[in-house]
Amino acid sequence: MRGLRLTAVLGVSALLAAGCGGLGSDHSDALVTMGFGLPDEHATARVAVFREANPGVDLRISEGALDEQQFLSAVAAGDPPDLVYAERRKLGGYAARGAVQSLDACVREHGVDLGLFREAALRQVTYRGEVYGLPEFSSVRLMIVNNPVVRAAGLDPAALSTSDWAGMGEVADRLARVGGGRVERIGFDPKVPEFLPLWAKANGAELIGPGARLDDPRVVEAVRHTTDLVARQGGWASFKAFRDTFDQFGANNQYVTGQLAAMPMDSWYLNTLATNSPDADVTIAPFTDRNGQVLTESGGQAWAIPKGARHPEVACRFLVTMTDTQTWVTAATARRDALAEAGRPYGGTFTANRAADERIFREVFAPLGNPILAEGVPVALSLQDQAFALPPSPAASELVRAWEGAVNRVLVGQQEPGEAMAQAQREAERALKRVGGR
Amino acid sequence: MTVSGRESRAGLLFLLPWVVGFLAFTAGPMLFSLWLSLTHYDMLKPPAFVGLENYREALADDRVGTALWNTVFFTALHVPSQIVLALGLAGLLRRAGRGSGFFRTVLYLPVMTPPVALAAMFLLLLNGQNGAVNAFLGWFGFQGPNWTTDPAWIKPGLVVMSLWTVGSTAVLYLAALTRVPLERYEAARLDGASPWRQFRHVTLPGISGTVYFTVVVNTIASLQVFTEAYAMFFGARAKASAEGDAALFYVIHLFQEAFGSLRMGYASALAWGLFAVIAVITVVQVRLSRRYVHYEGDRS
Repeated sequence: MRGLRLTAVLGVSALLAAGCGGLGSDHSDALVTMGFGLPDEHATARVAVFREANPGVDLRISEGALDEQQFLSAVAAGDPPDLVYAERRKLGGYAARGAVQSLDACVREHGVDLGLFREAALRQVTYRGEVYGLPEFSSVRLMIVNNPVVRAAGLDPAALSTSDWAGMGEVADRLARVGGGRVERIGFDPKVPEFLPLWAKANGAELIGPGARLDDPRVVEAVRHTTDLVARQGGWASFKAFRDTFDQFGANNQYVTGQLAAMPMDSWYLNTLATNSPDADVTIAPFTDRNGQVLTESGGQAWAIPKGARHPEVACRFLVTMTDTQTWVTAATARRDALAEAGRPYGGTFTANRAADERIFREVFAPLGNPILAEGVPVALSLQDQAFALPPSPAASELVRAWEGAVNRVLVGQQEPGEAMAQAQREAERALKRVGGR
Repeated sequence: MTVSGRESRAGLLFLLPWVVGFLAFTAGPMLFSLWLSLTHYDMLKPPAFVGLENYREALADDRVGTALWNTVFFTALHVPSQIVLALGLAGLLRRAGRGSGFFRTVLYLPVMTPPVALAAMFLLLLNGQNGAVNAFLGWFGFQGPNWTTDPAWIKPGLVVMSLWTVGSTAVLYLAALTRVPLERYEAARLDGASPWRQFRHVTLPGISGTVYFTVVVNTIASLQVFTEAYAMFFGARAKASAEGDAALFYVIHLFQEAFGSLRMGYASALAWGLFAVIAVITVVQVRLSRRYVHYEGDRS
C-alpha cells in the first residue's frame, strides 16, 4: 500500500514537473530557440562555441523549420522562445507587429560592428532605423547552365544570356524537348513565381518600397516574359509536373540526367551539386538585367529576439556569438574537416558577415579541384556585395502572397498579366492599409 | 420519487460530462469567435470592435468566392463518388462469404493512413508525367491528365485521393445491407423484379437511413476539407506552387487569414459564414430526408 502511495506521489510530481505549457513554460531557466536546426557542423560547431563560453546556460534548440503561425501564436500567448531564426524578409513584418525586439541596445552593449555585415542583408533586418535581427547565411542568385545539353543544341553555354528577352524564347525552344503533351526537357526555367523580384528588377522595377507598384508596366512585362517562357515549353501543368520529378538533391539531379538546360538558382546549390555530382559539366554565370548589367538578389536568415523573451540578455549573447567572425571560421573549419573525412570538397560558407567570408575563403576553403566549386565560388563571391534585397515591409508575407498568387494565375491561364498584377496591387494596398505601412 | 424521475435524473447525470465539455470546449469558444468576428484582432494587440465590417469584407473578397466555389465543386464530386463506390464495395463484401472478415479489414486499413502521409503519397501517384495512376491508365491506351498541376484536374485528383478512405463508409453500408430482410428480395423475385428493380425498391429503401447519415456526414466533412489539400498545395512547396487557387478550399483560406495574416476577427467571420452554409445545406437535407428516408417501424 505504501509503495502504491509513493508511486502515485512520484507520478503526480513527475507530471507537475513536466508541465503542459507552451514553448518556455516548462523550461523557465532554459534558453529556447525556434526555427533553427543542427543539420551539420555550420550549426553544431557554432552552438558548441556558445556552450563553451556559457557553460551555465541551459540551451534548448527546438529543431525544425520556423512555423510562422506557431511563433506568432507563442508571442501572442506570452510564451515566446528566447530566440527566433527566420527568413530576413519576414523580420520587417514581425518588427511592425511588435513580435520581435529592437537589438540596438544589444548591439551597443556587445560592441557589434554592423559595418561588417553586407549592406543588403542589414537593410532587410532594419525597420524604421532600428536593427531587429542579426543576419546569418547569405545566398545570391546566379545562372547554372548544363553544358552538354546547350552544346548539343548548337549553342555556346557561355553566351547564354538573360539580357535579350526577345531572343530568350527562341533559345528556350531550341533547348527544350516537348512532344505529345509531355515535357522531356526544360530548356530554360525562369523559376517564377519565386524569382519574380529578380526579373522585375532586371526590368528596372521594385516590388516593395515607396512608389513601388505591383501593376507597374515593367513588372507586368516581367510577368509576361517569364510566363511566356513556361507556356512555350509545354505549358505550366506539364512543365511543373515534369519539374516535380527532378531529383534535385540527389546524384541523378536534373543536370546529370539532362532534364534541364538552364535556370537561375540560389548559390547554395553549388555545394549541393558539387557534392552529389562532382563531374556535372556546368557553366556558372551571373544573371544579367536587360542592359547586360550583373544583377542578383540576396536572401538568407537572421536571428532575432521575440517580444516577451524571458532571457533577452543571454539571447543577445547567443546571437552575437552565432554571427561573430571567429565563430563562423570555427564552424567553417569543422565543416571542411567533416567533409574531408568523407573525401568530399568544401565549397565555402556564404555568410552575411563580410569579414567572416574573407577569412573563410582565404584560410578554410578547400575545393579539392572540384570544377563546379572552382568556377562557381568566385562568381558567387563577386556577386555578394552587388546584391539587392527586398526591403523590409510590415506586410511582407501578404505582399509576397499577392504577387506570387498573381503570377500563378497567369501561369495557369486564369488571367492576363496586366489583370493579374492589377488584382495583386489591390490586394497589396489592402494589406498595407491594414498594417499601416508601406 | 417515481421510477421515471429517477431515470431522468440518472440520464441527466450521465449527460452532465458531455454538457460540461460542450459548454467549456465548444459553446464557449463559439461564442468567443462570434464576438471576435465583430473585431479586428491580430493576437498581439487587444481586439478592436468594428461591427459588421469583417462580414462586409468577406462578401467582397474575391478569394472567398473562389474558395467557396472550389469547396462546393469538390463536395459535389466527392460525396456521390464516395457513396456509389462504398455501396458497390459493400455489395461485393456481402458476397465475400468466408473471406469477408479479411476483405473488410483490407478495405478499412487505408482509413488508418495519416492524412499528410496520404497527401505525400498521392503527390507521387498522381504526377502527370510519371505517376503510377497515369501509368495504369496508359495500359488501356489513355493519356492521363496532370492531376496535380492542371487546375482543371486538381479537384478531380483530390476526389480520387479521397476515395482511398472509402472503407469507412463501405463498412457502414455493409452493416446496413445485412439488415435488409431477405424475405423482401424473395418476394420481389417472385414478382419478377429485375436486379435493378430489387436494388431500387428493396435495397435502397432498406438502407436509406444509413445513406442519409453518410450523405450528411460526408457533406459536412467535404465542406471542411483541409489537411490533404493543404499538405499537397500549400505546405512546404507552397512557394513553388501555382495550383493554389484551384485547391484553395474555404477552410484553407480561413486558415491563411487567421494564422498567416493574423486576422483572427476576419477569420472568425469566415468561420461563421461556413457555419451558415453548412446549416442551410443540412436543413435542406433534413427536409428532403422526410420524403426519401425510411426507418424500420416508421409508421409515416
